[in-house]
Amino acid sequence: MSTTQIHVEAEVHHDDHDHHQSFVQKYIFSEDHKVIAKQFLITGIFWAIIGGGMSIIFRLQLGFPEINLGFLEPILGGWLTPSGKLDSEFYLALVTMHGTIMVFFVLTAGLSGTFSNFLIPLQIGARDMASGFMNMLSYWFFFLSSVIMFVSIFIESGPASGGWTIYPPLSALPEAMSGSGLGMTLWLVSMVFFIASTLLGGINYITTVINMRTEGMSFSRLPLTIWAFFITAVLGLLSFPVLVSAALLLIFDRSFGTSFYLSDIYIAGEALPNIGGSPILFQHLFWFLGHPEVYIVILPALGITSEIISTNSRKPIFGYKAMIGSILGIAVLSFVVWAHHMFITGMNPFLGSIFMFLTLIIAIPSAVKVFNYLTTLWRGNIVLTPAMLFSIGLVSYFISGGLTGLFMGNSAIDIMIHDTYFIVAHFHIVMGAAAFFGMVAGVYHWYPKMFGRMMNAKLGYLHFWISFIGIYLVFFPLHYIGMAGFPRRYYSFTAFDAFSGFTDLNMLVSIAAIVTFGAQFIFVFNFFYSMWRGKRAPENPWRSNTLEWTTPVEPGHGNWPGEIPTVHRWPYDYSKPGAKEDFIPQNIPFSDTPESNLDHEK
Amino acid sequence: MSGIVLGIGLLLVVAIIIAIFRVSTLIGIAKQEGKEGVGKSNKVNAVLLVLFLIGSLTLLFWYSIANFDSYDVPLASEHGAVTDQLFWTTMTVTGIVFLITQALLLVFPFIYRYKKTNQALFYPDNNKLELIWTLVPAVVLTLLIFTGWKAWVDIMDKAPDDSEQIEIMGYQFAWAVRYGGADGELGGSDFRLIDLDNRMGVDFADRKAHDDFIPTEIHVPKGKNVEFKIRATDVIHSVYAPHFRLQMNAVPGLPTSFWFVPTKSTADMREETGDDSFNYELVCNKICGRGHFAMRYIIVVDEPDDYTKWYNSQQAWLKLNPDYMSKVPEELREVAAISAGIDGTTD
Repeated sequence: MSTTQIHVEAEVHHDDHDHHQSFVQKYIFSEDHKVIAKQFLITGIFWAIIGGGMSIIFRLQLGFPEINLGFLEPILGGWLTPSGKLDSEFYLALVTMHGTIMVFFVLTAGLSGTFSNFLIPLQIGARDMASGFMNMLSYWFFFLSSVIMFVSIFIESGPASGGWTIYPPLSALPEAMSGSGLGMTLWLVSMVFFIASTLLGGINYITTVINMRTEGMSFSRLPLTIWAFFITAVLGLLSFPVLVSAALLLIFDRSFGTSFYLSDIYIAGEALPNIGGSPILFQHLFWFLGHPEVYIVILPALGITSEIISTNSRKPIFGYKAMIGSILGIAVLSFVVWAHHMFITGMNPFLGSIFMFLTLIIAIPSAVKVFNYLTTLWRGNIVLTPAMLFSIGLVSYFISGGLTGLFMGNSAIDIMIHDTYFIVAHFHIVMGAAAFFGMVAGVYHWYPKMFGRMMNAKLGYLHFWISFIGIYLVFFPLHYIGMAGFPRRYYSFTAFDAFSGFTDLNMLVSIAAIVTFGAQFIFVFNFFYSMWRGKRAPENPWRSNTLEWTTPVEPGHGNWPGEIPTVHRWPYDYSKPGAKEDFIPQNIPFSDTPESNLDHEK
Repeated sequence: MSGIVLGIGLLLVVAIIIAIFRVSTLIGIAKQEGKEGVGKSNKVNAVLLVLFLIGSLTLLFWYSIANFDSYDVPLASEHGAVTDQLFWTTMTVTGIVFLITQALLLVFPFIYRYKKTNQALFYPDNNKLELIWTLVPAVVLTLLIFTGWKAWVDIMDKAPDDSEQIEIMGYQFAWAVRYGGADGELGGSDFRLIDLDNRMGVDFADRKAHDDFIPTEIHVPKGKNVEFKIRATDVIHSVYAPHFRLQMNAVPGLPTSFWFVPTKSTADMREETGDDSFNYELVCNKICGRGHFAMRYIIVVDEPDDYTKWYNSQQAWLKLNPDYMSKVPEELREVAAISAGIDGTTD
C-alpha cells in the first residue's frame, strides 16, 4: 500500500511540469494510456474496414455466382480467373483472413485494447497504467503483428487459407493448398506477436485494477466495465499461451519434421514419414484458447453496455452483484466447454456427453445477464443516445444468437447443423455483431472524453438503423440456409442438387451486407470529422456517475490536474429517491447528500 | 463511364452526410440541445424500435411458414427422427423465450422513454427475482440436456454386429468407397501402399482384401443397420449426408465411424419429393482445400433385395486390376484368385 501512495505523490508532483513531450513521445511511442487506446482504436477501425471489405468480396461470389468481378482487378489482380471469377482457393483465403482479422485484430485488440486502456485508469482513478512502457510495447507488438498479417495478404502464394481455426494437416502441408506455404508461416509469426501484445496488455490491466484503484474504490464499487475488462484480461492471460503452444508445435510440424499433428498421410503422390500424431490434439489446444476467446470478445462489450444502459435508463443496473457473479461464472465455465466445437471430429463420444452438460450450464449466467438488462430498462427514464441504441441492439443480438447456441451445444442436434450456415449465423450474431455493437456503442459514449468533442447524433441514428436492420438481414436468413444443410466455406453450391435452392435469399444477404458495410463509412466519417468539427463536449455530457467524467474535458497526462478524487459510493446511484439530480457521481460523499441516503448509508 | 457515374454518386453521398452533420449540429446549438433536454429524436427512435419489432416478427413468421419446405430437409434415417424432434423442441422453447425477451427489450424504450417530469424507479436488486431466473433456465436446460444426451448416447453407441460395413475414405478432392465383398469383411489397408490405382491403399497381403470391391456409388439397404467406417489420407474431411442427419469427420490417422438405419429408398424419396432425378448426396463438410465445394458422391438406398442383387453383381477390385496380383504373397495367389472371382489361374 505504501508504495502506491509514494507513486501517486510522485505522479502529482511530476504532473505540474509535464508539457514538453516531443511529437514522437506524445503520439507515436506514447506511454499515455489514452493515446495508446486511440492507437488501438484507429488500428482496429483500419482492420475492420479490411476485414469487412473481404467479406463483401466473398458475399459477391455467394450472392451473385455469375458475376464478373473484373472491376476488382486493380485490387485482386492474379486472384481472378481470365473470365473475372474468383479463384476458389483465394475464396478460402478471404474467408480465413476475414475470420482472423475480425476475431483477433478487431474484436480482441480493437475492443479490449481500446477500452481497457482508455477506461481502466480513468474509471478506477489512476494516473495511468501500472507500466506505461509495457503498455506502449503492447501496442507496438500489435502493430508489428498487423504489419506481418497485412504483408501476408499480398504474397504470391496467398495468405493462410485453411480457415481461421487453421486445423492441421491442411495448415501444416504446403502441398495441400498454396496458402499453407509462406502465408501460413506469416500467419503463425504474426499471431505470436499478437499474443505477446495481448499478454503485455493483460498483465497491465490486471495489475492496474488490483493495485491502483483510488481511495474508496473497493472491488464492490467498481463499474461493471472494469469488472468485465479485468476478467477478460485474466481469461486472455490463461488461454492465449495455450495458442502459442499449439502454434509452436505446428511450426515444428511444418518446418522441422516432427509429427505432433500428422499421421498416415499420403499427399501429392507420396506417403509422408509422419506417424503417430493427432490432428485432434491441435483442435483441443486451439479451442482451449478458442472458446475463452469468444468470451474475451463479448465480455468487454457486455461491460460497456452495462454502463451505457444504466446511465441512459437513468437507473441503477439491476442486480450489480449478480452481474459480477455472471461474469465470473462465464469466465470459469468458458475454460471447460471447449470441446463442444469438436462433437463430431472423432473425439470420444463420452467426452462429447460431458462437454454438452458443461456447455449448456454456461447458458445460465448469460440468461441472467439478459434478464438483468431487461429489468434495468423497466420503469427507467430512457434516453436513446446513439450509444444507448447500439447497446439495445447488442442485447437483441445477444438474445438471438445466444438462443441458437442451445442447438449446437446439444451434441445430438449438432450432428445435423455442425459446420453449416446455422453456426455461421449463430456466432456472427452472438459474438460478431454483438461485440461490434458494443465497440461502436463505446465509441459513441466515450468519444467526448477521448477527443473533447461530441459525435453527431443524427448520423449516429442513421448509422444505427442501417446497421441494426442490415445485420439482421445478413445473418438471420443464414439460419434457414443452415437448416437446409448448406455447408460453410463453400465457394459455390452448384455441384450439389441438395443445395440448388436459396439463390434469392443468398442474393438478399449479399445486398444487405453491401449496404451495411457502406453504412459503416457514415460512422468513419462521423468519427474523423467530429474530431475537428464536432460540437465541443461539456464535462459530463451523459450525466454519468463514473470517475472519468470528473476529469477536465480533455484530460492531460496524469488525468486529473489536482488530486485524484476519492470514491464514496457505487457507480449506479441514478434516480435515487429524494436526490436533487437524477445522478450522484461516485466522488460525492454521503455527507453531501443527506436527503437521499439509504438507511445503511447514513 | 460507369466509373464516372459511381464517382459522382459517391461524392453526392459524402455531400449529403456532411450536410446532415453541419445542419443538425447548427440546429442543435440553436435549440440548446444537450444542456438539459432530450430532443424529439428520442421519441422517433423509440417508435422506430417498436415498428422494427412488429415488422421483423411479421417477416420472420411469414417467411418461416411460407418457405418451410425449402429449409426442412426430408428425413431418411431412424435416429434422424429423434434429433429432428429434439431440434423442434428446442426451437419451441427458445422461440418462446425469444419472443418474450425481444418484445420487452424493444418495447420498454418506448413505454419508458425520457420525460423531463418522470423519474426512473430506483430498483437496484431483488434476490427473489434473481433466484427465479437463475433456476427456471437451469431446470429447462436440464430437461433439454437430458433428452439430448440420451439421443447422443444411442446414436454414438457401438454399431450392432449385423451392420453392413462400408468404408468411406476422403482425399483431395473425392471420396473412395469399399465393401467387404463375398466374405463381407473389409481387408486391411495402409497409407504407404497407396498409389495412383490403389487409391485406398488396400493391403493385398490380407486375405480378407482379395474380394473387396470399390464401386462408384454408395449403395445401402433400406431398413438395415449400416456402418460407415471413415478415414482420410491427406487432410481432414467430413462425411456429411443431410438427409440421414449424419455427419462425422474423416481424420488422417484416426479412423472414425457412424452407424444409421436408412428408412426411405431413393425411389421412395423421389416419390415423396416429386423429383424424379432426386439422389441422396454425400457432402464434404470440413474445409479441405481448393475443391472442397465439389466433393460429391451419390448414395443410393435400395430395397434389401435390390441391394443384395447389386452387391452380388459387383466385381472384386483385384479382378478388375489383375496387375495387383503381384502384390499378393506367392502362397496366397491361388486363394486370392478364387475369392476375387478370377477364372483360371493367372501367372
